[in-house]
Amino acid sequence: MNAVLFASDLPYWLQSIFRVLGGLVAVLLPAGTVVYLFLFKMLSFMQSRLGPMEAGPYGSFQLFAEVGKWLQKEDIVPANAQPEARIFKMAPLIVLASTFLLVVVVPFGPDALFTDFETGIFYALAVSSISVLGILIAGWASANKYSLLGGLRAAGQLVAYELPMVLAVIGVVIQAGTMNLQQIVVAQNTGSMFGWDGIGNPYVLTQFVAFIIFMISVQAELSQTPFDMPIAESELVSGYMTEYSGFRFLIFFIGEFATAGVFAMIASILFLGGWGVPFAWFGWTTIDSVDNWMNFAGPLILFAKMMALVFFIMWIRFSSPRLREDQLQRFAWKVLIPISLVNIMVTAVLKVAF
Amino acid sequence: MTMLGDRQQLAYIASQAADARVNVELETEGMTLNIGPQHPATHGTLRIIARLDGEQVVWAEPSAGYMHRGYEKLTEVRTFPQVTALVNRIDWLGSFANEVPFILAAEKLMGVEAPDRAQHIRTILFELSRIANVSLFLGDLGVQLGAITPVFFAFRDREYVLNLIEGATGGRFHPNFDRIGGLKDDLPAGFIDETRVVMKKLRTFCDQIEDLLFGNEIFQSRTRGIGVIPKDVALSYGLSGANLRASGVDWDLRRDQDIPMAWNKTDFKVITHPDGDSFARCWVRLQEVRESTKIVDQLLDTIPAGPVMAKVPKIIKVPEGEAWVSTENPLGEMGYYVVSQGDQGPFRVKIRSASFNNISIVPWLLKGVYVPDIITILASLYFILGDIDR
Amino acid sequence: MRETELARILEALGANVVDSLLKPNDDMWIRVTAESWRATAETLKTLGFTYFGYVSAIDWLPSPFGKSEDDASGPSGDRDSTIKQGYTGGDTRFQVIARLVQPFTTIGINIKVDVDDAVMAVDSWSSVFAGANWHERETHEMFGIGFNGHPDLRNMYLPTDFEGHPMRKDFPLLARIVKPWPGIVDVEPLPGDDEEEGEAS
Repeated sequence: MNAVLFASDLPYWLQSIFRVLGGLVAVLLPAGTVVYLFLFKMLSFMQSRLGPMEAGPYGSFQLFAEVGKWLQKEDIVPANAQPEARIFKMAPLIVLASTFLLVVVVPFGPDALFTDFETGIFYALAVSSISVLGILIAGWASANKYSLLGGLRAAGQLVAYELPMVLAVIGVVIQAGTMNLQQIVVAQNTGSMFGWDGIGNPYVLTQFVAFIIFMISVQAELSQTPFDMPIAESELVSGYMTEYSGFRFLIFFIGEFATAGVFAMIASILFLGGWGVPFAWFGWTTIDSVDNWMNFAGPLILFAKMMALVFFIMWIRFSSPRLREDQLQRFAWKVLIPISLVNIMVTAVLKVAF
Repeated sequence: MTMLGDRQQLAYIASQAADARVNVELETEGMTLNIGPQHPATHGTLRIIARLDGEQVVWAEPSAGYMHRGYEKLTEVRTFPQVTALVNRIDWLGSFANEVPFILAAEKLMGVEAPDRAQHIRTILFELSRIANVSLFLGDLGVQLGAITPVFFAFRDREYVLNLIEGATGGRFHPNFDRIGGLKDDLPAGFIDETRVVMKKLRTFCDQIEDLLFGNEIFQSRTRGIGVIPKDVALSYGLSGANLRASGVDWDLRRDQDIPMAWNKTDFKVITHPDGDSFARCWVRLQEVRESTKIVDQLLDTIPAGPVMAKVPKIIKVPEGEAWVSTENPLGEMGYYVVSQGDQGPFRVKIRSASFNNISIVPWLLKGVYVPDIITILASLYFILGDIDR
Repeated sequence: MRETELARILEALGANVVDSLLKPNDDMWIRVTAESWRATAETLKTLGFTYFGYVSAIDWLPSPFGKSEDDASGPSGDRDSTIKQGYTGGDTRFQVIARLVQPFTTIGINIKVDVDDAVMAVDSWSSVFAGANWHERETHEMFGIGFNGHPDLRNMYLPTDFEGHPMRKDFPLLARIVKPWPGIVDVEPLPGDDEEEGEAS
């Protein structure tokens, strides 16, 4: 965390350790909560069954049991993948690495952030594309036709849905006037709508279209149904993850849910006001006048908003059938991109007008 | 229920005209993919060998036989009651329905007709097994397409029907309840009221599935216009059951045939659909479950009193002759050609199973479709491996 | 209805029909000559029998291994091996049988044809009825009957290098050779039901 939080003369190595630990917590805690709450319990509720109940009260330790199970499995590298075994083994790590890179720019409080990029959101969008590489590598290096199909589908899909995501974010950037995520949070919480600053100026209201497009693109970036052609369990068994077992599969699994959490965090920062509540409630005016206790409440507020968004992502995931590959692409190129372009134009016009 | 647009029909014709394509500009080769025999999508051990060009199928062929149990050879060394037990296991999801045509053929050869009460109860159990079979299809349809939730509702509601069948016959999946001349036992007490309650629940389930799955736009875009089978092709391949009715052929053996079962005492609609695509096949099956519940309700109101077993000798020797009986099973038309030469067991039994013909159309149907559509088409054709492989 | 239908069919097929049988309230059978097998299919299709039921075969040789499973003896020479065909007679050991149905009247017809032992082949129906393709493959692998004009006559269920034709009566049910039927073993009489069970050993 930022040195201001603790003491100004914390040695650099101690700060770095805190940063690393904070990063791990910031990525793994949402992943774990999302997996338990939504994947185990909410899915069971929707399917009219109980879900895990044995491991711990109401199955709350099921997550640790799962992690333990995956860790003790045999590490199988398929024989045909032997020539590229190193790349095969690296692929899950690349996917997870992009999540960690992504969480670096997320602000958790007025001073609780890892780093203060001026081009925060630009960096975030660029770095999220690294996971595409990991998926492609996994599909190709598995030496398995199903994985290959899954990997190629993923390549097409993930690249296609990057564009609507970027275009949707541009609307927010135009309205906020900055790419710095901390400034975007501040702008939302200090802003006012037609002079009334009761709830600040959350961009979800003015950028409603961009919000929808962003959430749809996030659904596609995470390969969740209805966009889960790369995984497509009833056709490709597990798509690009088919040949992975044990620890590597665990990395893919964690990566999937951690990325869901991190994207939801970014979405809540861009649209819902991030870690903050409207400053007018407490009479703050700028970022420096925010009290210090916000550094502890901020992450919790962000966490709550993130859970709300992930709830919607998972809800749609558990209920819809999946779109076919060409239907996905058609949707992205012919529907989402034109709408987001229109959104940008409208935002720009209104920004100048008001 | 809408007709296919002109564009979709054009796309269908174009895809059928493309026999084999290699991407000439890039000179890429096709890829041969084995779908199965172990695969989440196929209902059992069916292997489909597909030659792909990118994501499009150039040529596909099912390779059946991983579950071939040699039924027709086995029936030659079994007595008639033993064959009844054997035959349960052909279509294992709606097993009572497999016994009935065989028993009817044996009774035809013997000149024996089961008493009215037995015919009635047979029909009730037949329709219950149809409901059990097709409700699983409805749930499984979602899973094939990616919707993982409806299948749990299907299994939950199917349990009620299986409990009924177990209460009456003693077996959830393999009742083995039919005997030459009638049934093994009478219905248990409380069966009629219990069944009425369950039929109401199943109607609710059908409404739920229609809402959840059939109303979903993604489901519609995945199934409409996919795998269109024209009428004459369907007849020429011998498709039967819902597959045939979804191509617009108004043919239901329950209504059109005159066999000693109680269907001609009930009033039900035969549902067809003009399109012949995957959506039509799924939709027709959904409506058939609804009609089945109505048939069961009508039958429950009118069960006659009387014995459940006709007077047949203890050791049954079926006189010489040949007989063919087929019924409208959940999967299609299932028929038995029984040749008897006066012994305790049959001389030759030819089992005409519905799924064998239903799947024989797959090589013709899968040319030019995308890989995800293979799954949709197979799911909508609905086969059971035991039925294909016997 | 069926009588008129049968009369129409017999008139259309003419001399090709060797024998016919109409059981009242039951079914109809005809037996045609081997040369006219495919012509029969085409004629029936034009007469309205467009629904393809099945194609299979019957081996009329009584099984040399005994009929019931209590009889664990192997092929013995003193078993009666007179071939006795069924409805509409026949002259050969093998007969191919098929069924076609008229869709809207559900009048079905069973068609038999003799397969000469020396030739062991009939014409294929796959050009007339597309569904016959798979049925003929199965009949070929199970009985060894060839089908002239079939595009791709390979095994349906069995591996390609399987020797023998399982459905022939002289092909033993391998399970019985591997392990003979143990007879009825240890059947306990149901409580209070002993006389009903009979002589269960």
